[in-house]
Amino acid sequence: MSKTHVTTTINGEPAEFLAEAGLSLLDALRDEVGLTGTKEGCGSGDCGACSVIVDDRLVCACLVLAVEAEGATIQTIEGVATGDTLHPLQRKFIEHAALQCGFCTPGFLVAAKSLLEKNNNPTETEVRFWLAGNLCRCTGYDKIVRAVMDAAAEMRGA
Amino acid sequence: MTYIGNKSDLRVVGTRPDRPDGVEKVTGRAVYGADFRLAGQLTGRILRSPHAHARIIKIDTSKAKALPGVKAVMTAEDLPNITSEEAFVGEGPTNFRDQSLNVMARGKVLYEGHAVAAVAAMSPSIAEAALALIEVTYEVLPHVIDVEEAMAPGAPILDENLFTAGVDPKPTTPSNIAKKIILKSGDIDAGFAKADVIAEGRYVTAAVHQAYIEPHACVATIGADGQATVYASSQGHFMIRSFCAKLLGMEISNIRVIPLEIGGGFGGKTIVYLEPVALKLSQISGKPVKLVMTREEVFRASGPTSGAVVEVKMGAMKDGTIVAAQAVLKYQAGAFPGSPVQPGLMCAFAMYDIANVHVTGYDVISNRAKVAAYRAPGAPISSYAAEQVVDDLARQLGMDAITIREKNAAKAGTKTVYGVTFPEIGYEAVLAAAKSHAHWKAPLGKNQGRGIATGFWFNIGGESSASVFVNEDGSVSVVSGSPDIGGSRASMAMMAAEVLGIPVDNVRPIIGDTASIGFTNVTGGSRVTYATGMATVQATEKVIEQLKQRAAMIWDISPDAVDWKDGQAVPAGANAGGFDPLSLAAIAAKAGKTGGPIGSEVSVNAQGAGPGFGAHICDVEVDRETGQTTIIRYTAIQDVGRAIHPSYVEGQIQGGAVQGIGWALNEEYIYGA
Repeated sequence: MSKTHVTTTINGEPAEFLAEAGLSLLDALRDEVGLTGTKEGCGSGDCGACSVIVDDRLVCACLVLAVEAEGATIQTIEGVATGDTLHPLQRKFIEHAALQCGFCTPGFLVAAKSLLEKNNNPTETEVRFWLAGNLCRCTGYDKIVRAVMDAAAEMRGA
Repeated sequence: MTYIGNKSDLRVVGTRPDRPDGVEKVTGRAVYGADFRLAGQLTGRILRSPHAHARIIKIDTSKAKALPGVKAVMTAEDLPNITSEEAFVGEGPTNFRDQSLNVMARGKVLYEGHAVAAVAAMSPSIAEAALALIEVTYEVLPHVIDVEEAMAPGAPILDENLFTAGVDPKPTTPSNIAKKIILKSGDIDAGFAKADVIAEGRYVTAAVHQAYIEPHACVATIGADGQATVYASSQGHFMIRSFCAKLLGMEISNIRVIPLEIGGGFGGKTIVYLEPVALKLSQISGKPVKLVMTREEVFRASGPTSGAVVEVKMGAMKDGTIVAAQAVLKYQAGAFPGSPVQPGLMCAFAMYDIANVHVTGYDVISNRAKVAAYRAPGAPISSYAAEQVVDDLARQLGMDAITIREKNAAKAGTKTVYGVTFPEIGYEAVLAAAKSHAHWKAPLGKNQGRGIATGFWFNIGGESSASVFVNEDGSVSVVSGSPDIGGSRASMAMMAAEVLGIPVDNVRPIIGDTASIGFTNVTGGSRVTYATGMATVQATEKVIEQLKQRAAMIWDISPDAVDWKDGQAVPAGANAGGFDPLSLAAIAAKAGKTGGPIGSEVSVNAQGAGPGFGAHICDVEVDRETGQTTIIRYTAIQDVGRAIHPSYVEGQIQGGAVQGIGWALNEEYIYGA
């Protein structure tokens, strides 16, 4: 089966890979590019563990074909921190114990970052609504919502 | 030993430090099962049954084997046909033969999704193409899904060699009822004769999946010398080693299992599905093999917990004293025996001091995936039924739901139906906390209602190992054999830091593989903080003894004349000499000259874990036209003992409550729709 050459920008760096026609962006990121921080929980767009930002739009990487990423700018969990400085969301997730097993955490962080880039002062309801596409089976969500609210407050300088 | 639970001057335990694995997990660097890879690894795939019940007439793998890029194809014929043997390896008893048959069907498939063959190939697309080339000839058999239909005479029989255990005389015809269990105390008929009010009900619970977000995954490799290594995400790498050895006929010493980060389990990762298959494929191909389940495979072929039918009847006197409690529990086991009906029987009425109890349990197989442990296996199912009947008694008596529970509360000295007499327990304290909570008295709006339910779980101890090493610079490593499913590394580091009197940041906790630490049972049964914590504390105490000896050697005084205080060795009193304290770092720096490296490993079989009790209060609003149910307020009260890291204890309770809400309102398996 012939493969398509795909050129993208991932976390600010040029990245290219070869993709079979049916390859998902998720599998391309994990298996071709080697960025395994983005997780597969369901492969059907239900759990949000593979949340990434493609050209400023939050998507489930399992529902995007890898070849569709041609020319796109992609942000993954690996690009959320700056060097060894954690993003406020990452710090607040640790501080609020907003993760237990941590498997859904990359998806939540990418989704929450996308929210705060669009709305820096979300209500609790807005946070819950935005994160409804991300499933966590461990925490019961309370600490996640608190962490996102707290990070938003810190980022506003409140 | 130091009983952390009773100490009043704690400095680390009870605080909320950042977890040691936090940064790895928020940056995407933590390596879970599917993230791991070995050079040259093959991709494995499993062919699964499309039928709920069928005889396997023939499996033709020749076309798959001939496909270029396919390096191994296997069926049950490639595994030893092992005999029946009870196994106490995971959480609760199982059987090695059943596990073997569950991992790869032999002769018959027993549920839709049952594995029948597996391949390993150079790429995922070749592996998938190979699966499509395997030809399985089935003779489809009648199947049964529902637990009561499976119990009924004339039901399709899954196993012609299964005769109901626990029935006298031994039955002469096979049955889907694997076991009948009766527990009783007092005289149930006399109890009901004394009752002024009687309440009863029949309650049906759905089978629900543990639904950890991380699907099962592993990489296995075995060399020509028979040395095998398995990298896997699980609740117990020693459990994986035991099952792989038995199912493949290997020696335990030839298998090393290296734990990867686990993305949730809730009991569902206390048994094997993939690891023996990956090892066999690696043996056939001579290459490492990676197997990862899809979500669909997780739902079809792993877990869930039992769906059940529970019938409860209870009687009480006018003053609220419950005088009789009777229950019949019919639990789905899935395709092989081993539902959690026994703990269901034990837990149903464990919150109460009732003189006359009679509970009967049935362990029933049907054409569903074999059940796996799930958060206090069996207990929520029977408690759900019993608690509603207690509420019904209270309504009939015009009593408050908490008052009737207080009236009948189990306490120190209460003898349970399973024979144990409770020590000091926290059930009354839990009820008192519920009663005094503002939630219990808060007003309710239109179409809103409030319920309370209480529950019990034994908590267990068991086999755990931990080692504690002092590094050259005085920092400390803690190695344990318990996979960290929700913060146990943080807890172990905190307990070691507490005992040593040093900051928790100076302690680095890791999980050792099966060749690097002593045997440790699975992370399950609410045992790790207690049992692995006990091993950690005892190993730390042994390290302190060594540190005192080294200080004594440096000072040239008797070890008895040295105390350990605030992370330093100090002279025990004025007579010991006027030495300046020696820090951990100072002693570590001289370790080479005072006898060598400092460290200790302790293995325990922890006993005496205290039972746990909880009470949950929930307000709901129901749309009377649509039935739409909204949770308005939820308060969970739990007797947790000493919370090592309170944030993670809260997280466990919150997560458990939300899983319960899902079970009650949203989750089920639907067959034949």
